[in-house]
Amino acid sequence: MARLTGRRLLFAVPVLLVVTFGVFATAAASPFDPVKAYAGTAALGADAGTLARLRENMGVDQPFASRWWHWLTAALTGDLGQSSVLRQPVAQVIGERLVWSSLLCAVAFAVAVLTGTVLGVLAARRPGSTLDRLVTSLAYSLEAAPVFWLALLAIWLFALQLDLLPAGGLTDTASEQVTPGQVASHLVLPAGVLAVSQLPWFTLYVRQGVGDALAEDPVRGARARGLSETTVLFGHALRSGLLPVLTLIGSRVPELITGALLVESVFSWPGIAAATVEAATAVDFPLLAALSTLATAAVLVGNLLADLLYGLFDPRVKFSDM
Amino acid sequence: MTCDSAAEPAWRSYGTSRRATRAVRVRVSAALVAATVLAVLLVPPLVQLDQQAVDLSAKLLPPSWAHPFGTDDLGRDLLLRCVYGLRVSLLVGVVAALAATVLGTAVGVSAGVLGGWVDRGVMRVVDTVSSVPHLLLGIFIVAMFRPGVWPVAVSVALTHWLSTARIVRAEVLSLRSRPYIDAAVSGGASRWRVAVRHLLPAVLPQAALAAVLMVPHAMWHESALSFLGLGLPTHLASLGNLIQGARGSLLAGQWWPTLFPGLFIIVPTLAIAGLAGAWRERINPRRRSELML
Repeated sequence: MARLTGRRLLFAVPVLLVVTFGVFATAAASPFDPVKAYAGTAALGADAGTLARLRENMGVDQPFASRWWHWLTAALTGDLGQSSVLRQPVAQVIGERLVWSSLLCAVAFAVAVLTGTVLGVLAARRPGSTLDRLVTSLAYSLEAAPVFWLALLAIWLFALQLDLLPAGGLTDTASEQVTPGQVASHLVLPAGVLAVSQLPWFTLYVRQGVGDALAEDPVRGARARGLSETTVLFGHALRSGLLPVLTLIGSRVPELITGALLVESVFSWPGIAAATVEAATAVDFPLLAALSTLATAAVLVGNLLADLLYGLFDPRVKFSDM
Repeated sequence: MTCDSAAEPAWRSYGTSRRATRAVRVRVSAALVAATVLAVLLVPPLVQLDQQAVDLSAKLLPPSWAHPFGTDDLGRDLLLRCVYGLRVSLLVGVVAALAATVLGTAVGVSAGVLGGWVDRGVMRVVDTVSSVPHLLLGIFIVAMFRPGVWPVAVSVALTHWLSTARIVRAEVLSLRSRPYIDAAVSGGASRWRVAVRHLLPAVLPQAALAAVLMVPHAMWHESALSFLGLGLPTHLASLGNLIQGARGSLLAGQWWPTLFPGLFIIVPTLAIAGLAGAWRERINPRRRSELML
């Protein structure tokens, strides 16, 4: 296990190097000029000499490969540059916002996994039944629905019509402190919508896994021994049916990040994903570069987790084979 | 769109009724896809109505007989706006899906045919690019090249060719050991000829299926970018732009400008997936039990 982890971490280094290099190469190929963006309207009246001096000060007169190397060596010491749109060091932006994004994603994912398991098992119990068809078609429709659209409809229903929950933000506008109670009530809608967007995938896979497991000999044996339906479903079928699903959990990180990007920006949730959209709109290159790298690292960690879970839950798999 | 499991035990098979359900589903999907295509192709030239026609006296009317989907905050008819939006979204989706499929097929076939270090290198690149979340990569590309039709189409294409490349490569690897390929090789066919004349036609059905399934993905991607304000310019109102533009009305309590453009994304997605699922069962019955999302 330690060897697998070590090998994966070694593989992660070149991936991150290539991704950051690609990010710098794309920026170099784009028509975007960081000097003009920095100077704003002042650049219109500035003479060529001033612009050249500014260019030299910002270090953007060098070829992109050397800028990439400069950024990389600085990043290793924790200096990710200065965000132009938020007027803060990038490292500080990430540090402040990572907590809120992680909280949102963790709650949403936990809700999705639990609800998905229950719905999947219920649907798998009687394939072709009304409940099964209902769950399956609901799952496919939700899978096809854009998450930002679901988020907007949720705001309309729960915040505007029923007036149950706040429509966005982290705390009430009047409040000056961040209290756990306020955060919890503001978390319900975004986390719920993000959970609903991750739910269909999980439900369908659990349904498939449990449905297949119900047809296997151990389950038939358990039934023949006269065990109760609950024991058969949760003790036998779910255990073997959930196995392939659990290993897929880690590989869902990209979809989770995609969902969070949209949900956070609809609900003005002060997380990393919302910052990404702000950075992209304002072409804040240092922030974008750091966030792309961070997201890639999260995906790689997710893949590693998937492999580790696979090994932990399936005793037939040896880590030395992977 | 299948998730019927072929491996269901005999004692709980629903033979005829399930087959009937499937046939109904395929027909409904086909009808919906046909309706979508006809609406998108025929409404603009045939219906002499201006989707941009502003009528401030009729703004934000709820759905009625005159305006089945209601009107938006400038009094424009939402049904017409949705059809035009679907046209833009579908066009970007089809172009991006085609580009992604051509790129993915070319990469997959070359990796599978050349093998060795080329294959390893190419697949490493595929793994690396797929480590960046699609939407984030799309956002990055669009941010760097400024929003517009081409940056959006290119960013969707560049983030979606990976799965096609993987599918095609796997297919080529399994085809390479078939006798007819051996026969072609011993008959003196060059590597290039084997690839183009013998392998490419054999992987085309898979690639075409992947392309069809990619259209809804590409549409989804485009509307997400447009919704974030990083997509198409607002005068080219795509479905994402419509939903973005309706945010103000939604907060004022009007639900229809938000609801209907979303339904215009969901219904074609489900219909296309339903048709593609039936098609896949036909070309590859063994894989019927697999999930398709």
